[in-house]
Amino acid sequence: MSRRFYMDFERPVVELEERLEELKKHPAAHQPDIAKEIKFLEAQMGRLKKRVYSNLTAWQKVQISRHPERPPFSAYLDNIFHDFIELHGDRSFGDDQAIVGGLAKIDGRAVMVVGQEKGRGTHGRLKRNFGMAHPEGYRKAGRLYKLAGKFGLPLVTFIDTPGAYAGIGAEERGQAGAIAECLRTMSSLPVPIVTVNIGEGGSGGALALGVTDRFFMLENAYYSVITPEGCAAILWQEKEKAPEAAEALRLTADQLVQLGIIDGIIPEPLGGAHRDPQTVARQVGDSVIKALGELSPVPAEQLKQARYDRFRRIGVFSEGKESDERANRSNV
Amino acid sequence: MSFTDWLKGREQKARGAADKRAVPDGIWSKCAVCGHIIFQKEILSNYHVCPECGHHFALAPYERISMLLDDGSFTAIDEDLRPQDPLEFDGRKPYRQSLNNAIETTGQREAIVTGFGRIDSHRVAFGVMDFAFIAGSMGSVVGEKVTRLFEAAMAEQTPVITVAGSGGARMQEGMLSLMQMAKTAAAVERHNQAGLLYISIFTNPTSGGVLASFASLADILIAEPKAFVGFAGPRVIEQTLNETLPKGFQTSASMLEHGMIDMIVARSALKNTTAQLIASLGYKERSVV
Repeated sequence: MSRRFYMDFERPVVELEERLEELKKHPAAHQPDIAKEIKFLEAQMGRLKKRVYSNLTAWQKVQISRHPERPPFSAYLDNIFHDFIELHGDRSFGDDQAIVGGLAKIDGRAVMVVGQEKGRGTHGRLKRNFGMAHPEGYRKAGRLYKLAGKFGLPLVTFIDTPGAYAGIGAEERGQAGAIAECLRTMSSLPVPIVTVNIGEGGSGGALALGVTDRFFMLENAYYSVITPEGCAAILWQEKEKAPEAAEALRLTADQLVQLGIIDGIIPEPLGGAHRDPQTVARQVGDSVIKALGELSPVPAEQLKQARYDRFRRIGVFSEGKESDERANRSNV
Repeated sequence: MSFTDWLKGREQKARGAADKRAVPDGIWSKCAVCGHIIFQKEILSNYHVCPECGHHFALAPYERISMLLDDGSFTAIDEDLRPQDPLEFDGRKPYRQSLNNAIETTGQREAIVTGFGRIDSHRVAFGVMDFAFIAGSMGSVVGEKVTRLFEAAMAEQTPVITVAGSGGARMQEGMLSLMQMAKTAAAVERHNQAGLLYISIFTNPTSGGVLASFASLADILIAEPKAFVGFAGPRVIEQTLNETLPKGFQTSASMLEHGMIDMIVARSALKNTTAQLIASLGYKERSVV
């Protein structure tokens, strides 16, 4: 199996993989000396993969989160949920294809599921606008949140977006207001909410699906106040500093656990979720099912209060006189 | 011009206007937009608005307070909240240094002043942002002060008025800043569900994470004339689309035209309009005053 797409830092792994494939296909592959060589290369392969993928930088993780073969929301929808009934439209302008939602069951439990869909292939990605929603997408999401609240269905959301779309129509139709309404609606929704960030968590456009009770991230996903490129352009004044910005922003899953922003990390195989989508989906499903099990018995008022408190305590500042400064380090 | 230069230009303009208070009377000044030479006194007596082109100069928080609230009625709260550097953010310029510069140039501790005051005798909770302080960006302190303002207003059953002027969430505090959007939106919603009035005023510029959270969630949205109001910066959009933007795009006028705000109100009429709205919506049978 040779991959069509790989990142610079993966080159040694891919080259060795290709050599292995060739050797295995060789007509004399069964001969003892070649079989021995294959075995040797396979052992080397394991070590190499570990070395390349175990200590990824923040920027390398960002690249993996954007891998064109990374499983999109639809892969999780197909693998974890059943009896999905898609609900379309925002009832005022259109049906944004970058956000998909509807009724579904997970492990026999009826839920509302809403996620950002990047699509597959060039055609699919264009149709889904690369997972960048317009205001009508956020208004559709908000409508489905309210529907979940009305009928007592737990809400499961999937985040995967570089950010809310920046364009003329998006601005004219109130992108900021549409996102703000999602935050407001989620904050007071009387049902359990579980969120998984499966790839890119781009700023406010991601947060509009993330005012939640439990927040999980895939190991190589990122969640950031601004894209590393955007941050580099503004604070370094050169886009090429994106790797430095990615490091400074503390946007990786393990750093966000430390900051007290997210609850858990779902592991990925070496190299990324696209190397074994089924296993990753199963683990995502297990985490969601477990969280729903914990949250479902909690009364609505208690859920809402806990969600308010969860965000209420986030922030790092000092308070009091300069001399007897009391630092609020919240979860940090 | 890059987005950064654009932001910088705005910051400088904002700072310039704030500094004007220190300039002695009788000195001539130049409007940054139309180039008109104006007598300093004339600007001050005209609500810091250019008499030639109507450009609304940026105001320092206490200039805004003196224009909008009854004389001497304002008492600040949470003044001693100070920013930290939780990520030890070290860009081209360390965050600590940006903070120190901002504190020095504005004389403020953070990008918002909050408290209680009166508008035509109506008691209100009031917050005003300072664009000259790191582009009025929202980090932990701004988020906390906004949240506490709404919580205090709920306890006192008063309306909230905020005056926004912001480039968005503060990058240097990373995800802690993004989370302030959720935190403030949740606080606004509680105040809303208590049946209390919130009026939000957009000044030049209001954008990003501030516009996409508490500032947009008011019962009444007002913009000052010719203010930039938009989610994404114009450079970002131009890069996405690879074309220049239409004239007048992302201004208060286009927001009004597209149904996104209730009204545009000139600075000179802002206090009267706000007072009228509070009189009509703010108290009902509660009549706290």
